[in-house]
Amino acid sequence: MSVAIAVAETPLVRFLLGRADDALILGHRLSEWTGHAPILEEELALANMGLDLIGQARALYAMAAEAEGAAHDEDDYAYLRDEGQFRNLLIVERPRGDFADTMLRQALYAIYAEMFWQATSRSTHRELAGFAAKAAKEMAYHVRHAGAWVMRLGGGTVESHARAQAALERLAPYLDEMFDGEDPSLAAIAPDVPALRKDWDSAARTLLGEAGLTLPDVPYPQRGGRVGRHGETLGHLLAMFQHLHRSHPGATW
Amino acid sequence: MYTQGLVSIEGAGGAEEERFQARVDAEERIEPNDWMPEAYRRTLMRQISQHAHSEIVGMLPEGNWITRAPSLKRKAALLAKVQDEGGHGLYLYAAAETLGSSREEMVDALLEGRAKYSSIFNYPTRTWADIGAIGWLVDGAAIMNQIPLCRCSYGPYARAMIRICREESFHQRQGYEIMLTLCRGTEAQKAMAQDALDRWWWPCLMMFGPPDAQSQHGDASTRWKIKRFSNDGLRQKFIDATVPQAHYLGLTVPDPELRFDQASGHWLTGAIDWEEFRRVLAGGGVCNRERMEARRRAHEEGAWVREAALAYAAKQRRVAA
Repeated sequence: MSVAIAVAETPLVRFLLGRADDALILGHRLSEWTGHAPILEEELALANMGLDLIGQARALYAMAAEAEGAAHDEDDYAYLRDEGQFRNLLIVERPRGDFADTMLRQALYAIYAEMFWQATSRSTHRELAGFAAKAAKEMAYHVRHAGAWVMRLGGGTVESHARAQAALERLAPYLDEMFDGEDPSLAAIAPDVPALRKDWDSAARTLLGEAGLTLPDVPYPQRGGRVGRHGETLGHLLAMFQHLHRSHPGATW
Repeated sequence: MYTQGLVSIEGAGGAEEERFQARVDAEERIEPNDWMPEAYRRTLMRQISQHAHSEIVGMLPEGNWITRAPSLKRKAALLAKVQDEGGHGLYLYAAAETLGSSREEMVDALLEGRAKYSSIFNYPTRTWADIGAIGWLVDGAAIMNQIPLCRCSYGPYARAMIRICREESFHQRQGYEIMLTLCRGTEAQKAMAQDALDRWWWPCLMMFGPPDAQSQHGDASTRWKIKRFSNDGLRQKFIDATVPQAHYLGLTVPDPELRFDQASGHWLTGAIDWEEFRRVLAGGGVCNRERMEARRRAHEEGAWVREAALAYAAKQRRVAA
């Protein structure tokens, strides 16, 4: 078994890894649907969104590697860090659940990610800004696709409405963490994340309202993903995701 | 024989059938609204829907490795590949629908066990090398079968096949490249590649169907220009193309009788175990049960989603009215 790499995490490296990990883990969750989606058209759509996110993760890992300057590559970051070194939001590591869990998460995360990448497209980090403009466009498609499903599920049948509302209750504790601010030293590079909350609230509540769903109050929001304090499910995901790569130290694939 | 039986029921030789055959002979494409013999329609429906089902069931063995792919590049490529298979399924179902059956009816036939899919997908993908072997060998064999279908007499099928073949040849190169990387890798990786070839070689030769002498669907399909080459002919073409590729990889084809015949210019293999073919076809493969259970589970667990979409669309129509 390969041992984990040590990453020299400057604020910039940590920021880039966090965003890369968000994309990778959510992309992985979407890829778990392959062959098991409720409709053939959704097989294609879920794979599309998964591919967008895995592509985003790869670009961000490359930028992290450049920022770290330690000759690590995308696979080192993805396959050779242990659970506690992952910097992703807790919301993306939640299990894929049923189709309502998947689509509610996708819509709420994508609304956030589109706003985040749009704001990041004004970053002074030239490469990141260029990437962000493209990522924002991809996430806008996710908002449209997943948002349409939120409408269908919320306004479809009694069962779909109940499942969608239950999914929302399960996701709600993980929403606040999305708006935690980045390190103050990154002010010119990363956007003011807490400032995105107002617009997100408005967009998310509009969508949920139209779908007849209610965002519950959350007395105890969950956070800790950005500092490597994860729930119980990420370890299982990584065990599956990393095992082959780690079983053959140094091999090329 | 199934198709011949149908032909004789209708009585061959009617004026319409003669005109139809003349168009086929002149390499004209038959389109959905054109007159066609009932047996032609049913043969195509069976073949195209079976092909569509194979694409969909075929997503499962490869999907088995998406969550474990050993690099991000491979993970993205495999996810995209399996997505392509879903896309193939989608336009093949659409092509079959032009013959008068709905996708729902075809899917029901699969889930109820009335329709078949390619038996090759009843074999398990045990290691990552199986992903390489499927691309190289299974897709390679599929291409041999499918390239002639780009000239199939039925227009919608022929057009679907043109696009499918283009994507399949990309998949095949990708699969071979996975094998090449493994064969140039560590001893463990090489062993993994050899083991995959050992397990997939013979089943892939069986993908071309029974020997010509025993084939059930040959005659009428050939006359209608649905099928242009015999099973044995295509199989030989595949063997001749693939054996040198295996040698280039430094792998051993698992056939002690394999030899190059100077006189004919062909690679000759030992006898194919048709008993294994029949057994897997009849449900005795390692994964027959799992594949169908996975499809049924996805269908059943997705029922509430499809119902919601229909109910929502109906409500929207009422609002608009």
